[in-house]
Amino acid sequence: MKNLDSVFAAYLFAWGIFFVYYLSVARRASALRDELKQLKDSLNRGK
Amino acid sequence: MAKHALGSAIVVLLLVAAAYGAFFIAPTDVKQGLIYRILFLHVSSAWAGLTAFFICFVGNLMYVWRRAPQWDWLGTSAAEVGLAFTTVVLVTGPIWAHPVWGIWWTWDARLTSTFVLWLLYVSYLLLRTLVEEPDRRALFSALFGIFAFLDVPLVFGSIRWWRTQHPQPVVMGGPGTGLDPTMWKVLFFSWMAMLALMTLLLLARYKLEAMRGDLDIVRREAEAA
Repeated sequence: MKNLDSVFAAYLFAWGIFFVYYLSVARRASALRDELKQLKDSLNRGK
Repeated sequence: MAKHALGSAIVVLLLVAAAYGAFFIAPTDVKQGLIYRILFLHVSSAWAGLTAFFICFVGNLMYVWRRAPQWDWLGTSAAEVGLAFTTVVLVTGPIWAHPVWGIWWTWDARLTSTFVLWLLYVSYLLLRTLVEEPDRRALFSALFGIFAFLDVPLVFGSIRWWRTQHPQPVVMGGPGTGLDPTMWKVLFFSWMAMLALMTLLLLARYKLEAMRGDLDIVRREAEAA
């Protein structure tokens, strides 16, 4: 079972990178959605 | 939302199945032992990353031709997704190299051209933060993206044209190269799983960019009101 730890490390790093990237996209989307909603609400109030 | 959750679940299942194949179905390599199993992650990520950069290139070309913001959104989304996959390649490569070569890194043609590719697409994304005006930003980054893509054939050809520390190609490498049929099937499945992940990330990232476009329009309306 030589180098099994390295194989696991590679898989963990890779999945970690993809997961963190997916989270970052989801967070940015959520922040934009909130900003868009606020802007639309303030525009509607002004009309 | 339900469609997106279903898509994510399918991609996770495909990735788990690919990892299962890499650990339990593919036979152990006679020379390298267990460590070669990183191949299924490293190579499939590299292929998916290059596919994302190709999509970016198409988006950039189409933007220069048509000047429609949707092509700019596609270009920037694909560049970011391709960068995530290339980061995985640059992290998993040294983890594999160290036990096999005895070194983490060497400046050979394949490793250097891949690192330059990573730097080029980081620059592409940085460039976008430096130009405020949307049309100029889209045009500059499209032109830079077309230039950045010139490195992709160099990455592909580097192990075919020059003698490198990096192994010679196992696919499309000519006579005397290739993989055991079971290894090839597992690699092909891993590539499909990575392409599915790349598509999922690209769709999510494209939606984000489209939302930014909507926000710009609403902002302009708010300023005019």
